[in-house]
Amino acid sequence: MASVTSDNRGLRLATRYAVLVLVGFVFLFPLVFMVVSSLKPDQQLLADTSSIRAFLPVGDISLDNYVKAFERAPIGRFMMNSVFVTVVTVGASILLCSLAAFSFVFLEWKGRNILLTVIVATLIIPFETIAVPLLLFVSKLPWIGLDGLEIGWLNTYRVQIIPWMVDALTIFLFVQFFKDLPRELIEAARVEGASWLLIYRKIVMPLSGPVIATAAILKSLTMYNNQYLWPLIVVQDEAHRPVMVGLGYFFQLQIAWGEVMAYLTLISVPVIAFYLVLQRAFISSIASTGVKG
Amino acid sequence: MKLTKTLLGALAASTALAGAAAAQTEMKLWYHGAGNDVESGLLNTVIEEFNSAQSDYSVVVESFPQQSYNESVVASALAGNLPCILDVDGPVMPNWAWAGYLQPLPISQEAIEGHLDSTIGRYDDEIYSVGLWDAAVALYARQSTLDELGLRTPTLEEPWSKDELMAALDAAKASGNYDYALDLGTAWTGEWYPYAFSPFMQSFGGDIVDRSTYASADGVINSDEAIEFGEWWQSLFEEGYAPGTSQDPADRDVGFIEGKYAFSWNGNWAAAATLDAGVDDVVFLPAPDFGTGPKIGAGSWQFGVSSACETPEGAAAFVEHALQDKYMAAFSDGIGLIPGTKEAAQMTVKYADGGPLAVFFDLSEKQALVRPVTPGYVVAAKVFEKALADIANGADVADTLDAAADEIEKDIESNQGYGH
Amino acid sequence: MSSKLTRSNKAGWLFAMPGFSLLFLFIIVPFFFAFYLSLTNQRLVSPNEAQFVGLENYRNLLSVAVVTLEPETDDAGQIVRDEDGEIEYPRVRTITRSDEFPQYRGMGEWFRWHWGDTAKVVIASDVLFMKALVNTLTFALFIVPLQGGGALLLALLINQKLRGINVFRTVYFMPVVISIVVISLLWRFIYSGNDGLLNNILEVLTLGAFTPIDWLGRTDTALGSIIAMSAWQGMGFHMVIWLAGLQAISPTLYEAAAIEGASKWQTFRYVTWPGLRNTAVLVLIVITMQSFAVFAQVDVMTNGGPLDSTQTLVFQTVERGYGKQDISGGATISVILFLMVLTISAVQGFLTRERK
Repeated sequence: MASVTSDNRGLRLATRYAVLVLVGFVFLFPLVFMVVSSLKPDQQLLADTSSIRAFLPVGDISLDNYVKAFERAPIGRFMMNSVFVTVVTVGASILLCSLAAFSFVFLEWKGRNILLTVIVATLIIPFETIAVPLLLFVSKLPWIGLDGLEIGWLNTYRVQIIPWMVDALTIFLFVQFFKDLPRELIEAARVEGASWLLIYRKIVMPLSGPVIATAAILKSLTMYNNQYLWPLIVVQDEAHRPVMVGLGYFFQLQIAWGEVMAYLTLISVPVIAFYLVLQRAFISSIASTGVKG
Repeated sequence: MKLTKTLLGALAASTALAGAAAAQTEMKLWYHGAGNDVESGLLNTVIEEFNSAQSDYSVVVESFPQQSYNESVVASALAGNLPCILDVDGPVMPNWAWAGYLQPLPISQEAIEGHLDSTIGRYDDEIYSVGLWDAAVALYARQSTLDELGLRTPTLEEPWSKDELMAALDAAKASGNYDYALDLGTAWTGEWYPYAFSPFMQSFGGDIVDRSTYASADGVINSDEAIEFGEWWQSLFEEGYAPGTSQDPADRDVGFIEGKYAFSWNGNWAAAATLDAGVDDVVFLPAPDFGTGPKIGAGSWQFGVSSACETPEGAAAFVEHALQDKYMAAFSDGIGLIPGTKEAAQMTVKYADGGPLAVFFDLSEKQALVRPVTPGYVVAAKVFEKALADIANGADVADTLDAAADEIEKDIESNQGYGH
Repeated sequence: MSSKLTRSNKAGWLFAMPGFSLLFLFIIVPFFFAFYLSLTNQRLVSPNEAQFVGLENYRNLLSVAVVTLEPETDDAGQIVRDEDGEIEYPRVRTITRSDEFPQYRGMGEWFRWHWGDTAKVVIASDVLFMKALVNTLTFALFIVPLQGGGALLLALLINQKLRGINVFRTVYFMPVVISIVVISLLWRFIYSGNDGLLNNILEVLTLGAFTPIDWLGRTDTALGSIIAMSAWQGMGFHMVIWLAGLQAISPTLYEAAAIEGASKWQTFRYVTWPGLRNTAVLVLIVITMQSFAVFAQVDVMTNGGPLDSTQTLVFQTVERGYGKQDISGGATISVILFLMVLTISAVQGFLTRERK
């Protein structure tokens, strides 16, 4: 290979960035379109979609759509509901799924292969196909709360949280990650008499930063972005509605596209923020551990 | 942790409010207007005035987004969680009545005296629902377009014939001033198709099902007249008069206003927006006559009593209260719907004699034909929608309508005749 | 592999049980109920009692037959031809609605081919289901390499040590952050036929040589458009999974490769790719399964059209179960879908198994 001159290196760096930026455009443009459109009045927004102006905040720019969107729907309430449901579910999911995966990968017990196969098979079941049976089921479930025993989970937060706490994908993510962890570490700890719980808490979980971050990001997306059909059928009161059901408020006969875009921009903020925060955790955990492959 | 606490506190506070007014029997009302400030405001006025006008009942409203309202109701019915008063779309009512979601509405005869027939939901010789308004569809055009193209302005007495309509579309197409001559609103999927387009088929002489028995569709939806309709429908797209099923939804909303389309087949609810957008010379033309008289769809949202309601007389009292002319007029002024009575129409700005939308009231009275009154309509409507979309996209007309007939009959059979 | 140290029935069950019981209660039990529904004629909305009908729903979906149509002949026994010289055949409906052939009752034409003067017509009891099945398989076949491969390229691109790389990582992930429903709405503008964004861009790039295409309105481009959009939307998702795998590969291995003087390709081939084995299996299985569940895009963008070119199985499940209130029919499709994907994953699992 020829010796690397500084010129050469600069050029290669520039090419790298050029590629990164170009690819970036491909992935960013609908988001730019969304944010830019949220600032425009409907007529202009629609007229602009056919040209480059769709991506430029030009013309009659204002925050009117946001003001109107807040008048149309209790956006704060919806976002609070979604964030609450998401945070609780993601937390529970990380705990329960990592415990299960830990057991599947590091422990040997009767029936684990069958159970793991069954779990992976549930990955296939599209939610749409079990929605009605599940609805009938939760409407009869008991619950012991502050007011004593009650029957039926409709119109609550728990009905939006508990059925979603465990999913095959998250378990599967942990399983695949744990398989790459050094088994000797665990066996050594066992030799020294460490309990399984201690190994889980002190050895495995601290090494699992990347997969925890990944699982949390992906799970939060499902919970925050795709919860539509389920809350639609189990939650009838406005007080418990999440953001995706709230989107329906904006689809009147004449759709106010500007307000739709404003709403979408607003509800995207928590997810993006969450991603940015986790991304840092996820990178620093890599840097500090340097796990083997 | 702090956040959770505040959050829980806020939740507790909001549920505490519901406890007031204990002496009155609470009746829950579900409504499809979530997200529509004006509509919600009007409904709240009706409810507040009802609650303070008498001491027996107290109505509490829960609003849902319209696009998913039916799903919400069906889910609640399955889970045994229906409210007392239900808002129901006219053509869907027979399905819910048949399934036992609704009970007959014990409303007095004088309360519905003089109301537009299409605002009263009858099924199985009983009244199940009554509405404050109806909706109507018209052919939107600009007077200037008609003048430029040298077209006769059709009237209710003398609507356009099929040939006149086609001549008008030809003229608009030939002028080269428009992307398309006619905007049918193919971007709107769902109920719009049967609501807006099945009257065309009926005007040709076909229909979705046989209305004398509601037991068959063969020989009706695929009759010679229906096939003739299908051929015409297909020609609209094949010959480039109208944008197809992939129409951009935004073009549907503003295409006519922006002058992309010469004519637009649209509902009265879009009229106010069209006028507000500065199309001053817009005219609302009646449906053309394709042979057996001009027809448009009818039947909009109405109130009914659910089977779970223990106080049907209370629900009826509320509906009677809501049926006052002043409320109908208010709803009409607020959201542009056609008021249920002549008297109410006179109290409105736009539907009073000489008002810009008065023509819609006449359309509703003269041309309206309700969609087939059968529990099977819900499925038949879906079949019809798909058949029309397929024909628009070039499918063989006779084959498609035959298949539609088969599917509708299969459905009637698997529902044991829907109780007819 | 087996070792006394790691054998523990009690601890094993204790750790796995909380998660598994929730999964059992909220997914497996309802699924068995859906399976039961598929054996009845249960309606979503109906006052009629449901009856047990055995496998009838399955027969109604899966029955296929071939019928032969003889050409129409006139009184002289001559084959009738239309203006274009094409042979005219009797309508399939003369068979499917005739009392002579009760076994074909209610079936419809799926496709046909010609055999000499006769036409062979494949009829199916549920043509829509068959079309949805073919489309779903096509969707899966294209999206797996497109999305999985694209995501790996993105992950490699983003796994460089460059200043500001985090910004790009975030940017590539953006489409995932937005709900697929919303993405589909936005792309309806982009794919729009007359003055859509995509057509405009292509026209500019080709200096006007490109004629606008109604992407979602044509039978030959609609499914492809949905595939492209879906691959694009989900790429960031799988990029994250690939990245987690890449990050878990020890830097010392790369250092060793560098010392050995391995080229970039060699490093990828002998260090990176083997290290990504488990991740690759994960990505493959997840994309496959997600692709069989494709629904929202179709629902928002094409409603299954034009001419059923974008019908999919889950779309049909929903359309039937909820739209047409045929909940048992919808449940039947989901059971078939389940069995089908289970088979495919078993095959994938077998093909990607660790060879020892």
